[in-house]
Amino acid sequence: MRVKQIFDTMSYGPAPESDAEAMAWIAAHQGQFGHFIDGGFTPPSHLFDTVNPARGDVLAQVSAGDAGVIDQAVASTRRAHGKWAAMPAHARAKHIYALARMVQKHARLFAVLETLDNGKPIRETRDIDIPLVARHFYYHAGLAQLCTSEMPDMAPLGVVGAVIPWNFPLLMLAWKVAPALAAGNTVVLKPAEYTPLTALLFAQLAAQAGLPKGVLNVITGAGETGAALVAHTGVDKIAFTGSTEVGRIIRAQTAGKALTLELGGKSPYIVFEDADIDSAVEGLVDAIWFNGGQVCCAGSRLLVQEGIADRFYTKLKRRMDGLRLGDPLDKCIDMGAIVHPAQLARISAMVEGSDGDVYRAATPLPEGCYYPPTLITGLSTASTLMQEEIFGPVLVAMTFRTPEEAVLLANNTRYGLAASVWSENINLALDIAPKLVAGVVWVNGTNMFDAAAGFGGMRESGFGREGGWEGLLAYLRPKAQRKLLPPKRPPAVAPQITPAQDGIDRTAKLFIGGKQARPDGGYSQAITTPKGRLLGEVGIGNRKDIRNAVEAAHAAKGWAKATAHNRAQVIYYIAENLSARAGEFAARLHDMGIRNGAGEVEAAIQRLFTYAAWADKYDGAVKPVPLRGTALALNVPVGVIGAICPDEAPLLGLISLMAPAIAMGNSCILIPSQTAPLAATDFYQVLETSDLPAGVVNIVTGDHADLGKALAGHMDVDAVWSFSSSPISQMIETQSVSNLKRTWVNNGLATDWAAAEGRAFLRAATDVKTVWIPFGE
Amino acid sequence: MSMTQQRPNVPTDAVAVQNLPQVTHRRNAPMPLDMDWVASVQANTSAIERRAATLPGRRTVKKDYQAAWLCKAISLIDLTTLSGDDTAGRVQRLCAKARQPVAPAILQALGMQGLTVGAVCVYHDMVETAVRALEGSDIPVAAVSTGFPAGLSPLHLRIDEIGQSVQAGAKEIDIVISRRHVLTQNWAALYDEMVQMRMACGDAHVKAILATGELGSLRNVARASLVCMMAGADFIKTSTGKETVNATLPVSLTMIRAIRDYQDRTGILVGYKPAGGISKAKDALIYLALMKDELGDAWLHPDLFRFGASSLLGDIERQLEHHITGHYSAAHRHAIG
Repeated sequence: MRVKQIFDTMSYGPAPESDAEAMAWIAAHQGQFGHFIDGGFTPPSHLFDTVNPARGDVLAQVSAGDAGVIDQAVASTRRAHGKWAAMPAHARAKHIYALARMVQKHARLFAVLETLDNGKPIRETRDIDIPLVARHFYYHAGLAQLCTSEMPDMAPLGVVGAVIPWNFPLLMLAWKVAPALAAGNTVVLKPAEYTPLTALLFAQLAAQAGLPKGVLNVITGAGETGAALVAHTGVDKIAFTGSTEVGRIIRAQTAGKALTLELGGKSPYIVFEDADIDSAVEGLVDAIWFNGGQVCCAGSRLLVQEGIADRFYTKLKRRMDGLRLGDPLDKCIDMGAIVHPAQLARISAMVEGSDGDVYRAATPLPEGCYYPPTLITGLSTASTLMQEEIFGPVLVAMTFRTPEEAVLLANNTRYGLAASVWSENINLALDIAPKLVAGVVWVNGTNMFDAAAGFGGMRESGFGREGGWEGLLAYLRPKAQRKLLPPKRPPAVAPQITPAQDGIDRTAKLFIGGKQARPDGGYSQAITTPKGRLLGEVGIGNRKDIRNAVEAAHAAKGWAKATAHNRAQVIYYIAENLSARAGEFAARLHDMGIRNGAGEVEAAIQRLFTYAAWADKYDGAVKPVPLRGTALALNVPVGVIGAICPDEAPLLGLISLMAPAIAMGNSCILIPSQTAPLAATDFYQVLETSDLPAGVVNIVTGDHADLGKALAGHMDVDAVWSFSSSPISQMIETQSVSNLKRTWVNNGLATDWAAAEGRAFLRAATDVKTVWIPFGE
Repeated sequence: MSMTQQRPNVPTDAVAVQNLPQVTHRRNAPMPLDMDWVASVQANTSAIERRAATLPGRRTVKKDYQAAWLCKAISLIDLTTLSGDDTAGRVQRLCAKARQPVAPAILQALGMQGLTVGAVCVYHDMVETAVRALEGSDIPVAAVSTGFPAGLSPLHLRIDEIGQSVQAGAKEIDIVISRRHVLTQNWAALYDEMVQMRMACGDAHVKAILATGELGSLRNVARASLVCMMAGADFIKTSTGKETVNATLPVSLTMIRAIRDYQDRTGILVGYKPAGGISKAKDALIYLALMKDELGDAWLHPDLFRFGASSLLGDIERQLEHHITGHYSAAHRHAIG
């Protein structure tokens, strides 16, 4: 009878995945967990609950780590580091391979436990998260094998502190732990407060799989625990994935430490009128209703071409109505629970405050911590929800008219994590993809990930890449030991004026937008020989000069679109013109206390040649992702770079920073040596005669701390490099939180400018942008 | 060549609806060929494949639900024999199986007595035999027609064949389209041919076999689907079963999206028949979930959905016995068709 009824209604029934094994694992620990330190669990203490959001019941209790626990964990991790780093590459590769196998062997246990703790559907943990985890460890077993031979000049950073979010608990563990270990680091991992269980299971099974004790320690706890880890002086690098808000705090706290941030997003999902509309609609299911939209790179901002908007929304709403919400352990649902009632409340409040037309999917909503798939149309760029990350199953939408406008709207955001472009026109899609400010662009697709392809953001979505060779580099440093910088030469108090100065008085100005400019403040500073003889005066730039220079640098956007050949030609021409005046520059350097002025000029000319050479040779990569299609890793310019140049090599240092920046298509603001800026102010005359477009290079002389602060705080500057002799590295990194710009600072260490060239500089001057292009007709 | 053509004169819907016991909705009739619409149809193969690949992981039915869904699948099967060695005896045996697709004891245990397949599908020469063998049941006979499977005999013979099959008692005609019209993008020729075949069918329902494995691309599949619907096809069907690639999930997704668009634009519900290559109970369940999710429950009835299959039934029978007994079954325990 029952079968006959179902035959008539053809409804889906329950299809539960068993939680028996996962619950048995929890029960085997009496439902209480300590931290995992030095190869074993510590006694549980300071317990807090971890809750199954779908059912609202307590799954287990875990320990909240305090500063003492962090001390203990960092010490253990430090002890383990020496031996782990010294291991032959193959030995580390074997360990990481064993982790990959371990994940595969216990795949279902991990999947069920993750679903219990997080609330995401078992389909996602089983078919997406856990397979990606295994793939990540396999890939990095390979990188461990090759790391030493392929990067002989690089060394591990040491102890890595990893702080990860609750939306992909085990996958984010993999994204941090696999490259860190492959590069020879050891790790203290702090999983999210809401979702600590799979990390503990992973640590336990990793120890069983033979991972040496202390190589991976897992400390559970909430924000304070993470903060203690971030603040710990024994940690060499922090790798963080989470909100932009917390990322900003971490950036400010970790000045001086290596840091990568993978933060929030409001990723555009652009649909052109010639797209396969049904596929684009279906793509949104994977973009914004995957993991209930609790995904940093969720395609949460739909931009649809006006002519198809109504039809698109109609189809989309119908598709939304077909989504099934329910117990995440049910194998026949599309969306599970929201991770925590607090998150549910946050999503609800944001949607209730919206001024748009809110459509909630007409699909049964289970009792408890669930939120329906939601579409909000009729919004404009000024609407809060077009700008703010919701981190829930809520899609906001607006229309555009032309490809140009689509790009404009897509980039009208503080974020820059990911983007999707849907069009059946290859010319259009491949034109749009590079124009989007995003670390990852998917053409006719969304949310595609692979260990071989870099993932990470631009703008306030963070910096650093995860996956691929580029991801490994975030866990390595150059092997070469660096000396401390000598202190800056104090300026002469009363310059000695040579009475019989020949010739006409020359005024060194600022160089902004291709024009010589007087400093806004109207003050000048005397520049002398080391013995105090007056050589000339340079302007003292201020923050308004920085503002003007940044505007000029942005106006020079066309430089990024110039062909690499053209950029090379300009740099060669600069070298040519500098060469013609080599004697004059050598004399100037000599006056300013550089012993071998002629040598420095020659080195500067060579350096210009080096980057003219690199301009069209810093190739991107084609990533062998598991897809019929390709993923391109493009080296794109960072944008506007502010560079504070060294004192010890006033000309060579400046050119060593300028040349890679402009070779890669950036425009820059150079702050010359504070003690010996005249080489730089002479140099703008070289630039003026070298066909360099106005604004590509701007030169502002003045106080490094003042100008550095203005640059680092400027929200339209994309990166700041500091090789200043002044102790401003920490200030630069702290100030950079304004827009989370990339920083590259010397931390008071000296640079060997004779050798300071090559890939490290090119990497700093570029971001890797991964463009996924599936194909096939 | 004009881009649009006048609506041909066709039998009234009322007559057509009466003719087929299962039909509950308004019958499709040819509309003018709309070339702008055809040209606007897109199909992104890679995205379609990704959706198709995740579908089996998104939907599953268990226990009584699975049994009920499998019974539903049986009710949707066009039980088929299309072999050069078909004889009256062979067809009679198949028709007997169509009437009693599952052992009575199993059906009784499920409470599903009276379950039959959707139709029996044979070559023209076997139509009369099949019609006689199915007398007294509501099971219609479908005839493959129009120079099946290649569709390359002269047009007048193909049209004539349809008429003869209808005369012999076929209630449904599975025609094959001229693949060359699709491959050369000659949509007007495809449309004209399809309209003629539709007219020749009269009150019999027409299923347009696209032979998707020979159309070159999913974009062509999508456009050919639309043109056949514009020309009045009651069903669109993937394959003859004789191509090297027959029904697949990506092809199905493409065709049913075309059906949905056609419904959105015209209000007409067109049926879908995947054929060839669906031999496992599990596959049948995935197809049912696909229809339910993409088009809705209306496409879980024989007037809008059929499986073209010969060996699928055997696998479903074994699964149903497993459901009843808790033990895995064996093929020889079930009557062959």
